[in-house]
Amino acid sequence: MKISVNNKEYTVEVDGNPSLLEVLREQLDLTGTKYGCGEAACGACKVLVNGTPTPACITPVTSVQGKQVLTIEGLETEGKLHPVQQVFLEEDVFQCSYCAPGMIMTAVALVENQKAMGEQEIIDGMNGNICRCCTYPAIVKALHKLTQTETKG
Amino acid sequence: MKDTPNNQPDTMKKPAPEKGISRRKFFKYMGTGIATYFVWTDYLASEALFPGEDAQAAPDQLSSWIHVSETGAITVYTGKVEVGQNIRTSLTQVVAEELFVPVSAITLVMGDTQLTPYDRGTYGSLTTPQMAPILRKAAASLREILLQEARKEWNLGEVELTLEKGTVQHPGNGKKLGYGSLAKAKRLLQPMDENVKTIHPDKWKVSGTSVRKIKGEDFITGKHRYVSDKVLPDMVYGKVLRAPVYGAKLLRADTSRAAELPGVQVVKEGDFIGVTANNSRSAAMALAMIEAEWEKSPQVPGNQLFEHLEESAGNTDPVPAAVSDAFDNAATKVAHDFKVSYIAHVPLEPRAGLARWTGDQLEVWTGTQRPFGVQEELENTFSIPKEKIRVYMPDTGSGYGGKHTGEAGIEAAKLAKATGRPVKVNWTREEEFKWAYFRPAGLIRVKAALTGNRISSWEFHNFNSGGAGISSPYSGQNNYQEYHRSDSPLRQGSYRALASTANIFAIESIVNDLAGMVRTDPMQFRLDNLEDERLKAVIKAAAKSFDWKRKKAGTNHGFGMACAAVKGGFVATFAEVVVDPDSRELKVLSAVTAFECGAILNPRHLESQITGCVLQGLGGALFEAVEFNEGNVSNAFLSSYRVPRFKDVPEMKVVLVNRKDLPSSGAGEAPITCIAPAIRNAIDDAVGVKLYDLPMLPSGVVPRS
Repeated sequence: MKISVNNKEYTVEVDGNPSLLEVLREQLDLTGTKYGCGEAACGACKVLVNGTPTPACITPVTSVQGKQVLTIEGLETEGKLHPVQQVFLEEDVFQCSYCAPGMIMTAVALVENQKAMGEQEIIDGMNGNICRCCTYPAIVKALHKLTQTETKG
Repeated sequence: MKDTPNNQPDTMKKPAPEKGISRRKFFKYMGTGIATYFVWTDYLASEALFPGEDAQAAPDQLSSWIHVSETGAITVYTGKVEVGQNIRTSLTQVVAEELFVPVSAITLVMGDTQLTPYDRGTYGSLTTPQMAPILRKAAASLREILLQEARKEWNLGEVELTLEKGTVQHPGNGKKLGYGSLAKAKRLLQPMDENVKTIHPDKWKVSGTSVRKIKGEDFITGKHRYVSDKVLPDMVYGKVLRAPVYGAKLLRADTSRAAELPGVQVVKEGDFIGVTANNSRSAAMALAMIEAEWEKSPQVPGNQLFEHLEESAGNTDPVPAAVSDAFDNAATKVAHDFKVSYIAHVPLEPRAGLARWTGDQLEVWTGTQRPFGVQEELENTFSIPKEKIRVYMPDTGSGYGGKHTGEAGIEAAKLAKATGRPVKVNWTREEEFKWAYFRPAGLIRVKAALTGNRISSWEFHNFNSGGAGISSPYSGQNNYQEYHRSDSPLRQGSYRALASTANIFAIESIVNDLAGMVRTDPMQFRLDNLEDERLKAVIKAAAKSFDWKRKKAGTNHGFGMACAAVKGGFVATFAEVVVDPDSRELKVLSAVTAFECGAILNPRHLESQITGCVLQGLGGALFEAVEFNEGNVSNAFLSSYRVPRFKDVPEMKVVLVNRKDLPSSGAGEAPITCIAPAIRNAIDDAVGVKLYDLPMLPSGVVPRS
C-alpha cells in the first residue's frame, strides 16, 4: 500500500494491520513520533492527518490511504522551524522532551485553525496531551505568546 | 612535549585513572591534550537508596574528567545522566564559566560505562551539590594548567594572564594562544587541585543565567533518538511473557503456535520466555499465541493493604517514656493515622532496552538512572566480566526515581544472546505500570501535643514508605520518630523525594491542626516553632507573594500552606482552593511556591523543576493511586490511572530565593513535598474537613464533615 507522509510517497507493508505509529517508526524510521500509551490517552503519538491531530497509535495505517500525513520530521519548511517549534525553543519549555513531538503537532493544528486564542482555549485544545514532567504552564505561556504575536502581526 | 616527570606536580597524591581507563590508555582514548581528573573517595558520604547497595564508592574511583584536545574541543566525562532535569545544561554552564568559553564549546559525555567514570547513579538531588562543585574545581584546575602552559610558551614568570573565548592573552604584545594550540602534542594529565580558586558567584557570567537546554533543537524536531527510537542493523523486536498477576509461577507453556509465525523466534530459558520478530506487531501477536498455565500464590487483598503493612512490620522499639508521658499529660493533643497509596512514576517513555552481542562483548542501550548499576545487573545475569559490558544511556524520556533498574536492557540482552541478532525491547504502558516498581504505600501514625503554643510531645511512626523526611523540622521537646520496614505486596522503590512526600504530608497536616486547636494563624504557629532561618525565609517569601492575609474571595474558599527542608532545599507552598457548595467539587485555584537551594545555577530550569515538582505532586495529592487486589494491578493504563493534565493546573507562581553565599543544592525533589499538605490545609480552612489519606480526593469531591 502507498501512503503519503511529509509530502513523500512510501510503499508500506500492511500485513497484520499495523497502526500508523508502528509503520512510521518501524518501517519508515520516522521515530520522532512517540509511543506513550497505545490507547490515545496521552498524545505522544499525535500526527496530523489532513491537518487534523490524530493519535497514530490507534489509527490503522490502512485508514490514511489517500490522505496527507504530517509528522514532526516534516514540520520544518526550507530548513526553518515551524513557529510553534520556534517559540517552544525560545521559551525553553521542555524537560525530558519525550512529549514534545506530540505536543508540537497538536499545537500546530490548534494555532493554524484558530489564530487568536486565550489561555483557556489553549488549555482546552492541548488537554489530550500529557507532559509527565508537568511543564504545562510553560507550554501554555509559549503558545499564548505565539498567538498574541500572530494576532498583532 | 612528552609526558615527562616534569609535568607531574609533586603534590600529586591521587592515583592516576585505573578503573575503566588506565592512565596509559587515557590519551589513547582521548587523543593528545591536557586533562584534569578527580576521584570520588573524598566526596561521597551519602546513604544507600536500595537495601544492599554499597553505600561507599570503591576507593579512588574516578568521578570525572575534563579534556582539552589539540583542536580546542573541551569534553567533560561524567557518569551522571540526563533524564530531563537538564543537568547537561547546568553542568556545562559550570565548566564554561571557569574555562572562559561559550557553552557551545563544551561536550558533556554522560552515562556511558566505557567512556565515563563510575557513578553510582543520578538520584537523590546529588548532582548539583556533589558534581557541580567538583566539575567547577576541575575546570578551574584545567584553566590554571592552560595558563601555566601559556606562561611557559611565552617565557613569562608568574604574571596575571587574562582569558577570553578559549584563548589566553599575552599581557604585553596582545598575542593570543588558543587552548588547542596549548594542548597540541601534549599528554598532560593532572589531578584536580582541591584548593584552586574558582570564580565567586557574584562574578558568574554563565552560571546563574538561563542558558537554554543543550541540544534543545534536537528535541523539538524529533531528531533526538531515545533508546526506544534506536535502530541497529539486522535488529529485531522482542517481547517477554509476563505472569498474569504478581507472584504467579509458570507451570507450563506451549509456544509451538507462536514459533510457527513467519520471522518469529521463541526463546525459552527456565521461567523466562520471550519472542522476537521483524516488527513489534508480529512479536506481540506471537506472544499472545503462547498458551501458558500459571500457579497463583496467595497475595494481599487490596483492601487490607494498610493492616498488612502494620502487621508485617518488624518489632517496634519502645517509645521513650518522656514522649508518651508528655502526650498523656498535655491538655492540647492530637493523634491520627495517615494512609498513603502506591503511586506510579509513569515516565512518558516506558522502559526500553536495546542489546547487541559481538562475540562475547555485550552492548546495551537503556534508559536508566544507574547505567553502572545496569552493568552490574548484566554482569550477574550473564556471568561475564564488566569489561565486556558497555551500557549506554542516551538522554532519556524521564525517570523521577523510577528508572534505577535495567529490566528492559537485560531482557533485550537475553533475547539477543539467544537469537544472535540485536534486539530491542520497548515496554508497553501496561508493562511499565505492572512490572516496574512503585512509590511505596505507607501507614503513618502521629501523636502530638502542645504546651501553650509550643510542641511538647511528638511521636511519629512510618510503616513501609520510608525514613526520608521523617524528622520534624519543628523545635520542641520529646521527639520520637521511627520508620518500620514492612512486607510490601507490590514491588516498590525510589520515587522523587522518596518518603519525604508522605512524611511531610503527615507532619504538615498535624502541625496545621495543632495551630487550629490553639487558634493561632498556621503560618505564625510554624514561624514560632521553627528555628531554621532558611526555612522561615521561604515561608515569608511565599506568604508575601501569595498575600496570606488577604480577604478570601468568598465562602468555601480556603488558604493553606506547608513547608519543608529536604535534601538541602527549602520549600514553602501556599494554596488557595474553593469547594463547590452543592457538588462539593474541589478546585485548586492557585499555588505559590518559594524555594531556596543556595546559589542558583540556571533560574529558568530551576523554575521548571519547581513547577514540575509541584504539579506532579498535585497528582499524588489528589487522585493518583495504584489500584490492586491479590497481585493484580487493575488500573495499569493511562485511561484509568489519572495523571495531572493541562486542566488540572492551578494558577502557578514560583518565587526563587537566590542565596549566592551558599552552595547550590538539587531541586528535582524537595519542591514536590508541600503541595499535598498545602491543599489539605486549604480544604480544612474552606469547609472544615480534615483529610488524612493520599490521594485525598480520588473522586474529586470533598466529603461532608
